[in-house]
Amino acid sequence: MSETKLTCNNLSHTYPNGVEAVKDVNVTIDQGEVISVVGQNGSGKTTLVKHFNGLLKPTDGNVLVGELDSLESSVGVMAQQVGYVFQNPNHQIFAPTVKYELSFGLRNIGLEEEEVETRVASIAEAFALTEYLETNPYRLGFSLRKTVGMASIIAMQPNVIILDEPTTGQDFLGVKAIRDSIHKLRDQGKTVIVVSHDMPLVAEETDRVLVMCETELIFDDTPTKLFANDEILNKTNLKPPQISSFATSVGLAKSNNAILSIEDALKATK
Amino acid sequence: MSEIVIDIKDLKLQYPDTDVPALNGVTLSVEKGEFVGILGAHGAGKTSLCLSINGIVPNMINADMYGSIEVAGEVPPNIPVRELATKVGSVFDNPEFQMSQLSVLEEVAMGLQNLGVDKETIMANISGALDMVGLAGFEDRSPFEISGGQQQRLAMASALSMKPEILVLDEPTSNLDPIGKEEVFTVTRKINQEEGLTVIIAEHEVEVIAEFADKVVLLEEGVITKIGTPGEVFPELINKESEIGVRVPQVTEFASKAKDRFKGSTPVTLDEAVKGYKK
Repeated sequence: MSETKLTCNNLSHTYPNGVEAVKDVNVTIDQGEVISVVGQNGSGKTTLVKHFNGLLKPTDGNVLVGELDSLESSVGVMAQQVGYVFQNPNHQIFAPTVKYELSFGLRNIGLEEEEVETRVASIAEAFALTEYLETNPYRLGFSLRKTVGMASIIAMQPNVIILDEPTTGQDFLGVKAIRDSIHKLRDQGKTVIVVSHDMPLVAEETDRVLVMCETELIFDDTPTKLFANDEILNKTNLKPPQISSFATSVGLAKSNNAILSIEDALKATK
Repeated sequence: MSEIVIDIKDLKLQYPDTDVPALNGVTLSVEKGEFVGILGAHGAGKTSLCLSINGIVPNMINADMYGSIEVAGEVPPNIPVRELATKVGSVFDNPEFQMSQLSVLEEVAMGLQNLGVDKETIMANISGALDMVGLAGFEDRSPFEISGGQQQRLAMASALSMKPEILVLDEPTSNLDPIGKEEVFTVTRKINQEEGLTVIIAEHEVEVIAEFADKVVLLEEGVITKIGTPGEVFPELINKESEIGVRVPQVTEFASKAKDRFKGSTPVTLDEAVKGYKK
């Protein structure tokens, strides 16, 4: 597999209306990292990740997507390396059937019809969508529609996949399906960037967290460090998963290292 | 005995063009001032139950309804939704869909104006409602230029301005960030505890439901399969998450796997877990 390293050098973005949404961010994300971006709405996190596939271009500084300088490359070219799964599947899905939806991007990147068929069949299989291939996506429930949105991006086999609020509005099984997909992508060596308010997801599924606060990147470390850092948590109003708070209160967590999951807490009692 | 404000008996609900009933024999009674959390997977019937209580089904969304339902002394299918709104307020998952006016003040005023209430009462109700949700001072702001949490509190203010006895909230925090969620939960609890409103809330955030709710209702395929206090219901759901599509609070799952470390009954809130833990 080829590699796509993402690099932001002094990235700033000011929208045409004068609002500065991201200020002077420096960050490098290597191929294969599973990383989350957190912060309140309006903190700049979506603006930041939209630079990773060129949906937005820096107004100052630069962003490298693999070898490509985003200021000099089109979204179409970068999108082959970096796929973006939108929070609301309705913003992404448009085709009359699931099959058409899944094949659209593949045809767009110029694959032969035979290859398109093969990939659609395999991605449908992987996401348990085979029985819905001839169904109109709008007849599916929200969770399944979200799965279709995700599958259509993953079918293009980008090196990097950005998931914007993947678990919002999902029930237990929907969340579990998203987590399973993240495991699969991790095993395939994909870079996964999750923008999320779902702290148990951040804690249990990602290895590194970027915290955005009022346009700035104020924290870049592991979830273990984040959920033990009261200063950052208070400043950003982020709440650790309940099990982390519990473990800290009863002294199961070592100082500066939060417990991230029920399994970790059980191990700590032994 | 306390007053019963919602009395539902063997309620069945069937939408056109579907084979499976959305509700299939729901019996539920709610006392005045209770905080009731409704749990269930997508498609279990949470929204259908909420929409039956506020009369939107079958009055605005067509469906066949069987059984009996009485809410705040009214039979919802028999009175117009806007009249029932003076007794049952509604808040949905996407506050933006509820907004239509140019200012916060007009947004809250709209429901009352439609009822033909006099101006003085309208102004008094609006200011009371905005106070309750912490939006006093926002009167002239555009509903589209405030945060998601503020929009959802505005939707709550619109509902509260009608002075309802019951507030029905269907996944009110699904689209909010952590601050927004916190704001909405805090206001919901406040109007329940300080104003005595009965609250019916469908919500996936089980940790919050465990802390706030007097009563928890679990729906599966249109039927109530569990009902009781959070302390009674959640421990019974452990290891059944995949089947019923509902999580239990993290501390509850932890305590069930480390039973020897806890004294007393299985905790469902962070406080209970910390107190019950044997160091």
